[in-house]
Amino acid sequence: MRSQVEGSQAVARAVTLCRPQVVAAYPISPQTHIVESLSDRVRTGELADCEYLLVESEFGAMSACIGASAAGVRSYTATSSQGLLFMAEALFNASGLGLPVVMTVANRAIGAPINIWNDHSDTMAMRDCGWVQLFAESNQRAVDLHLQAFRLAESLSVPVMVCMDGFVLTHAVEEVDLPTQDEVDAFLPRFLPQQQLDPEEPVTIGAMVGPEAFTEVKYLMHAKQLAALDEIPVIAAEFRSRFGRDSGGLVRPYRLEDAETVVVALGSVLGTIEDVVDEMRELGVAIGALGITCFRPWPAAEVRDALHRAARVVVVERAFAVGAGGIVGQNVRDATRGLPLVVHDVVAGLGGRAVTRASLHRLLEDVVADRLDPARLHFLDLDIALVERELTRARGGRRPGPHAESMLREIGTVASGAYD
Amino acid sequence: MTFQEIKLYQTGTFVVGNRLLDPQQRSVQARTGRSNSLTSGHRACQGCGEALGARYVLDAAMRATDGRLVAVNSTGCLEVFSTPYPESSWQLPWLHSLFGNGPAVASGVAAALRASGRDDIRVIGQAGDGGTVDIGFGTLSGMFERNDDVLFVCYDNEGYMNTGVQRSGATPPGAATNTTKVLGHHPGNAFGQGKSVPLIAMAHEIPYVATATVAELRDLEHKVEKAMTFRGARYLHVFVPCPLGWGAASADTIKLARLAKETGIFPVFEAEGGQVTEVSRIRRQVPVEDYLRPQRRYAHLFGDNPRPDVVARIQAGADRNIARFGLLPEGDA
Repeated sequence: MRSQVEGSQAVARAVTLCRPQVVAAYPISPQTHIVESLSDRVRTGELADCEYLLVESEFGAMSACIGASAAGVRSYTATSSQGLLFMAEALFNASGLGLPVVMTVANRAIGAPINIWNDHSDTMAMRDCGWVQLFAESNQRAVDLHLQAFRLAESLSVPVMVCMDGFVLTHAVEEVDLPTQDEVDAFLPRFLPQQQLDPEEPVTIGAMVGPEAFTEVKYLMHAKQLAALDEIPVIAAEFRSRFGRDSGGLVRPYRLEDAETVVVALGSVLGTIEDVVDEMRELGVAIGALGITCFRPWPAAEVRDALHRAARVVVVERAFAVGAGGIVGQNVRDATRGLPLVVHDVVAGLGGRAVTRASLHRLLEDVVADRLDPARLHFLDLDIALVERELTRARGGRRPGPHAESMLREIGTVASGAYD
Repeated sequence: MTFQEIKLYQTGTFVVGNRLLDPQQRSVQARTGRSNSLTSGHRACQGCGEALGARYVLDAAMRATDGRLVAVNSTGCLEVFSTPYPESSWQLPWLHSLFGNGPAVASGVAAALRASGRDDIRVIGQAGDGGTVDIGFGTLSGMFERNDDVLFVCYDNEGYMNTGVQRSGATPPGAATNTTKVLGHHPGNAFGQGKSVPLIAMAHEIPYVATATVAELRDLEHKVEKAMTFRGARYLHVFVPCPLGWGAASADTIKLARLAKETGIFPVFEAEGGQVTEVSRIRRQVPVEDYLRPQRRYAHLFGDNPRPDVVARIQAGADRNIARFGLLPEGDA
């Protein structure tokens, strides 16, 4: 049924339709509306036979999901930002144990400086924790990805996180087609755990493994992730046949047919990027976009296949490896090794800074005209004058004090969006 | 004709041998049907108090639940010595996740069982003192305040023994560990630090809190069985000497546990809903020196440069416990 609904409410409804039996959550902006809504749905009985644990931390939330999943029930949580990092140890544990927990991450920046707004620093920091990472570019896709996430998690016994941009999606009201309970039940079978704590058949889960087999256990984790690369398109195809729309999958090409320049991105920024691609196509520029829906496991073959005709690739990413460069860019470079193309890493939209059409136009015009140095990490809309003033100031004193405070004083505001 | 005198039971103690009891009154460990939850062949040190305590706790819990039990274990000695791959000493469903999350994992298991209508299966969480009073404390307090249906057991050997004997929040004052060495003016671990998690558990007003030692194993079994009659969060803090970490003889584990109680250093009591309901009184009070001397971690208090002042402060701490909990024998108080 189509309705105008907030992203968080739509996701909470989708999760409810998936009938988790344990939800454990700790509030953090901008995930809060999801867990509030799920609390309501458990209290009213709309989500039946479900225990909702109000835990003391995100570490506790993921730990409770680990226990619940090992006890054989479908388990869910949601978090953001610092909360995801506070879970870090438990994230690796869930994947190491092969427990199919599903989690929504309302993507948000990581401090310091503390910042509640959207970027991808949180999930990118956890990209190697052994979870499947699916990125939603709209609220409809966020809903659809949750259905597919449970299906994928349970078929391979791997944990899956669905990443959706905090505020940009979680708090945006737009039209979403929500499936019925019958449709979801037909798509998502009852959870049959591959391992379970059962007094009738006692098993030891989480034993210590030394050098004699640790590599092999870890190899199996890798093999399972690679199996997900095969499984995800199968699930997406079945989803299309049942629900009548394309959602999920590994990558999503947009106007790539003869594109010499391709913009690669994840999440909601793809909407703006596709608009800009359309506008530049009107002007005769051979440009397209490649959305990465599945970032982990990394669909190297699909990315290579999608980019093999391009001359220039611009990776627009909302996080970066400090002191090293782009994160998605590194993966793209790896996937396209040996192809005659140039990969630009562009860091954009950090800490909630809007990625505007105007800025993307300027960037892409520079790229198409080969004015951007591919050897350098490029920061979209960087206020270089502000950086220079601060560096000059900091050089002046023996104890210059915190950067963040003086830079805010420089620009005279604490609000985001004062850069343009 | 020569004949040999046979002692049927020990004299001078309050312990009655099992053979004199009706079979129904015998300890869980003395029954032929005991579950051997933590079975033989594990790699604990000789004289390990934790292995002994865990065996009694789990077998008693298995008996109390008719075998419908799941155990969650935090990282630590108990986890390591029981599951060196590919072996496992556990004969019940057992899950180990992390060092600091045992209570939350146990809460998750309990929630799953409740959600699937299987709350006839009970959940026991277990950890050493590090996993309980330090790194796992946040998740433990959360489990307590939500009153989740978990019995959490702390096997307290007063330090991080698995990592090579370092101080924890349960290390007693004056004790030497590898992070509280007797160097400079420092006589071992500092006074005025550390915490009593049993008292903190009581402050959560959970249904049942108890302490026990491996010197009184019938009492330990009794407390486990009693804990299983309650629903909600329960906490059992078991004093388990560590020959390795304490520098004590393996044969002295039971003796040291008994002396800890008889000196007043470790108060043995039960509490329900935040109120102390029973205390296990001292039978014959002994000075703390009797408890301290056999342990190398206190050797610096008695060597060439003895520290009677430190011993006196430890004695004062024991005396405070005795007064606080009313531990002296009937008539002496």
